Amino acid sequence: MKFDTPAGTNPIDRMRVVGQPTARIDGPLKVSGKAPYAYEHHDVPGKPAYGYVVGAAIAKGAIRSIDTAQAERAPGVITVVTHRNAGKLGKGRMNTANLLGGPRVEHYHQAIAVVVAETFEQARAAAAMIDVDYARDGGTFDLAAAKTGAAEQGGENAPTAVGDFEGAFASAPVKLDATYTTPDQSHSMMEPHATIAQWDGDGVTVWTSNQMVAWGKKELAATLQIAPEKVRLVSPYIGGGFGGKLFLRSDVVMASLASRAAKRPVKVALQRPLIPNNTTHRPATIQRIRVGCSRDGKITAIGHESWSGNLPDGDLETATMQTKLLYAGPNRMTAMRLAVLDLPEGNAMRAPGEAPGLMALEIAMDEMAEKLGMDPVKFRVINDTQVDPEKPDRPFSQRNLVRCLEDGAKRFGWSRRKAPGQTRDGRWLVGMGVAAAFRNNLNQKSAARVRLNASGQVTVETDMTDIGTGSYTIIAQTAAEMLGVPLAKVSVKLGDSAFPAAAGSGGQWGANSSTAGVYAACVKLREQVVQSLGFGQGEATFENGTVRVGNRSADLAQAAKAGELIAEDAMEYGDLAKKFQQSTFGGHFVEVGVDRYTGEVRVRRMLAVCAAGRILNPTSARSQVIGAMTMGVGGALMEELAVDKRFGFFVNHDLAGYEVPVHMDIPHQEVVFLDEADDKVSPMKAKGVGELGLCGVGAAVANAIYNATGVRIRDYPITLDKHLDKLGDVA
Amino acid sequence: MRPFTYERAASARDAAAKAAATPGARFIAGGTNLLDLMKLEIETPTHLIDVNGLGMDKIEPIDGGGLRIGALVRNTDLAADARVRKSYGVLTRALVAGASGQLRNKATTAGNLLQRTRCPYFYDVNMPCNKRKPGSGCAAIGGFSRQLAVIGTSDACIATHPSDMAVAMRVLDASVETIRPDGTTRAIPIADFHLLPGSTPQKETALDKGEMIISVALPKPRGGTHIYRKVRDRASYAFALVSVAAVINRDGTGAVALGGMAHKPWRVEEADALLPKGSKAVAERLLAGATPREDNAFKLTLAQRTIASVIAEAKA
Ligand SMILES: Cc1cc2nc3c(=O)[nH]c(=O)nc-3n(C[C@H](O)[C@H](O)[C@H](O)COP(=O)(O)OP(=O)(O)OC[C@H]3O[C@@H](n4cnc5c(N)ncnc54)[C@H](O)[C@@H]3O)c2cc1C
Ligand code: SF4
Repeated sequence: MKFDTPAGTNPIDRMRVVGQPTARIDGPLKVSGKAPYAYEHHDVPGKPAYGYVVGAAIAKGAIRSIDTAQAERAPGVITVVTHRNAGKLGKGRMNTANLLGGPRVEHYHQAIAVVVAETFEQARAAAAMIDVDYARDGGTFDLAAAKTGAAEQGGENAPTAVGDFEGAFASAPVKLDATYTTPDQSHSMMEPHATIAQWDGDGVTVWTSNQMVAWGKKELAATLQIAPEKVRLVSPYIGGGFGGKLFLRSDVVMASLASRAAKRPVKVALQRPLIPNNTTHRPATIQRIRVGCSRDGKITAIGHESWSGNLPDGDLETATMQTKLLYAGPNRMTAMRLAVLDLPEGNAMRAPGEAPGLMALEIAMDEMAEKLGMDPVKFRVINDTQVDPEKPDRPFSQRNLVRCLEDGAKRFGWSRRKAPGQTRDGRWLVGMGVAAAFRNNLNQKSAARVRLNASGQVTVETDMTDIGTGSYTIIAQTAAEMLGVPLAKVSVKLGDSAFPAAAGSGGQWGANSSTAGVYAACVKLREQVVQSLGFGQGEATFENGTVRVGNRSADLAQAAKAGELIAEDAMEYGDLAKKFQQSTFGGHFVEVGVDRYTGEVRVRRMLAVCAAGRILNPTSARSQVIGAMTMGVGGALMEELAVDKRFGFFVNHDLAGYEVPVHMDIPHQEVVFLDEADDKVSPMKAKGVGELGLCGVGAAVANAIYNATGVRIRDYPITLDKHLDKLGDVA
Repeated sequence: MRPFTYERAASARDAAAKAAATPGARFIAGGTNLLDLMKLEIETPTHLIDVNGLGMDKIEPIDGGGLRIGALVRNTDLAADARVRKSYGVLTRALVAGASGQLRNKATTAGNLLQRTRCPYFYDVNMPCNKRKPGSGCAAIGGFSRQLAVIGTSDACIATHPSDMAVAMRVLDASVETIRPDGTTRAIPIADFHLLPGSTPQKETALDKGEMIISVALPKPRGGTHIYRKVRDRASYAFALVSVAAVINRDGTGAVALGGMAHKPWRVEEADALLPKGSKAVAERLLAGATPREDNAFKLTLAQRTIASVIAEAKA
């Protein structure tokens, strides 16, 4: 099915199941330990051996020699796989560095060996016996130092320019030129990357934890140099990914190689201290923002430049993307430059692009509002645009940023906000901050299969993943709505490459795209049902388990009496996204306290007002947004991979050193969804919402800190050491 | 983790004797620190002597005042003890500021005193570290040292001692009671128990080979307002950047010790005497001769300001 004209009225609009707050249908399985995660599939035939991955001890250079003899002789060891005996490997299109290193080492903790043994403990003990002699090369590890050599990119990431930015900025009566930095960050999902692999002849099955089943299948085939049909990838439950599991990672490759060598199923979980350097991370950025305004607060010039680094042939962090679309202004420019660094591979993490981009842009807006003597909500409101500012004949499909901000301000008690440094509560300096939230909506082709059996049970099969987001539930809601049955009549099977290829989970495209695919398959199934019942032409109504056409009606189950009905289809998209800019919007409001003595920052309350099209399930959408807001607090206050610029690695590579918020950091969160339905995006009229919840939060926290202290910090995370000496003397 | 043998000691004396006689032997109590380090092969004992179940899990009054805390008393139980809460509040507050509820249920008094540094380079066996591998160098010097020590450091090591409990015990003038392999016992003032790194950062305490902690003695209650203030990057479940343990009397006199600053809980008795003069005077004396790095120099300011906060709280 192709979606190329705005959606008319359709069965989803009834919203009897879709749009209703619904607890996760997979919840009971999860809380009772019956949802098998990657490492926990006990139905794998044969007793799995355990693989333990060894990471490179240097950032760049070569393995001169690797002595595995002692490890191979160690108790319980079955085999050791390194580059010497792994066979020829390819590389997935989306991987920058090789997933098995050697002899060349491309980054710290790049996998260089996997030890396979009867028990996990034996494999780990033997792994420590491997002796590697390295030839260490010098490398580039400092983004600030490498910035001058950074290069612009082409294509989607090319610089943009409209009007005369330089001229307009130079002549603007009020202007800001400031530089902001965001650090490298680690996804830190709860479940580590983990895989069980088993070969059957020349084909391999991997039970893994991956957000993108179809990508993973293709990339594993490319890496192992086998045909994609020879790979089955199963990933029904995922303990968080946040972008860290979008791509094929070393756990899958090492488990596959280990299993091939050991001729047995092998399970591998990356040990936590390996993950930050072995897998991908969000690259650090340096961002320069220039804004020029007329005295009445209209933006006349806006420019955003960003520098980030990556391994050779890696991608940049697209931190300026939102600046092309968020605010009006006739003269504008963006530019992104990429430096070559020898740190581990940078890639997508939690709203890549917009999350770090808004951390900078939305502080700049706060600074500019102050220069203008204008309320920061008002400043954003008067610079709203309903069209793509670079292409004014291209409207937004739906844009309610202003309502998000104004509604939010009312609910949050924004009018009580005072000038910086004016609000006290005992030893706490108290401040409020606001930021706009913006994240593009992306649609991906997504397919599904829907079955109806003689007892009226509906089964949906798609390789869509549920990374803790609630996909199982919204897919069941979609099928239930389309076929007029209660939720209990629908079962959902996800995350198996044997099923039709779905959008997968990433870029907040999963919910809308995957349910649209289910919608398409259900439309087809409805036709089959009507045909099977012999109801002929006319509009069919599916409700309460019955099907009605004109004055004829029958039980839905009746249609499958002679045999199961199976319908499969995909939703594909025309050029509506070209004609209409499709984005999601929000307003984030944060109140913080800053300890006057110690400079500690503690968030006191948060509010997000989101405009993200139809909300398919307010319960799971809220979970997404509060989780994202929590990540935003992490990014604002504590998350930072510390770079050792001598050895070239992230030093704090475990969860003791890399801090993310704990419960006590997040006292009170409120989420409001505007009642929207966007007919230009899909028949579901929904858009993504998860990542929106993160975009802008960091800046809202930063702005609240400024409002509390009067000290502006432009380098994240805003740890107490950055403002401590400016908080005024205490005796 | 290297393979190891394991036994349960029959008595404290037996444990100490065996520890001295068996090469590569270590005591294990709650295991919350030792096991983690063994998994990473930072610690590689070949024999573990389990000291649980030897009756060292009691808190008893000492004749003439004071409390004797068994080496195996769990952090949770110690923090909750009514006598501790009433008369040694700084200790309860320090304990509950540490780790998590689950960990405190396992962690013991002796184990807590003997927990090892959280220097990130100590935890990465690919990195040079004089504490982990004497003579290999110190990767933290010139590297990421934001959490590390600012005073009492050496060219060999700038690690901190991460315990919260020990800082409170330092301000309470506790003493660590031990048994030696020959069965003799001694009491080591907490001030002398932890060592500065010097040229042998691998040697962290005054304990001799095989010597085992049997208890910690707290002197008579000293009165005053007990405060433990732990400053960290998040609200809970993180090691201190700086912590302040203080007992402050109504007249402004008292005692103060710092955590997160040095290889041991940091207290200078002459600085205590300056408490009535305010935080700056105290900090100046306490931190005289500090040797911070660029990324942890803030700890000096932070310590002074946190002392100020504590003094203000005591007055309030
Ligand atoms: C995630 C995490 C967070 C933490 N956060 C904090 C924190 O915020 N603040 C804090 O203070 N601590 C913190 N800790 C550390 C925790 O307090 C220690 O791990 C714990 O106190 C150690 O006690 P244990 O009984 O488990 O020691 P074990 O691990 O059993 O032993 C530790 C050491 O003591 C030796 N030992 C044990 N008993 C004796 C004895 N009787 N005589 C001689 N030697 C002995 C052992 O041989 C070993 O070397 C944290 C730990 C973890 C894992
Ligand atoms: S500071 Fe001490 S513990 Fe850390 S690397 Fe240096 S020697 Fe090792």
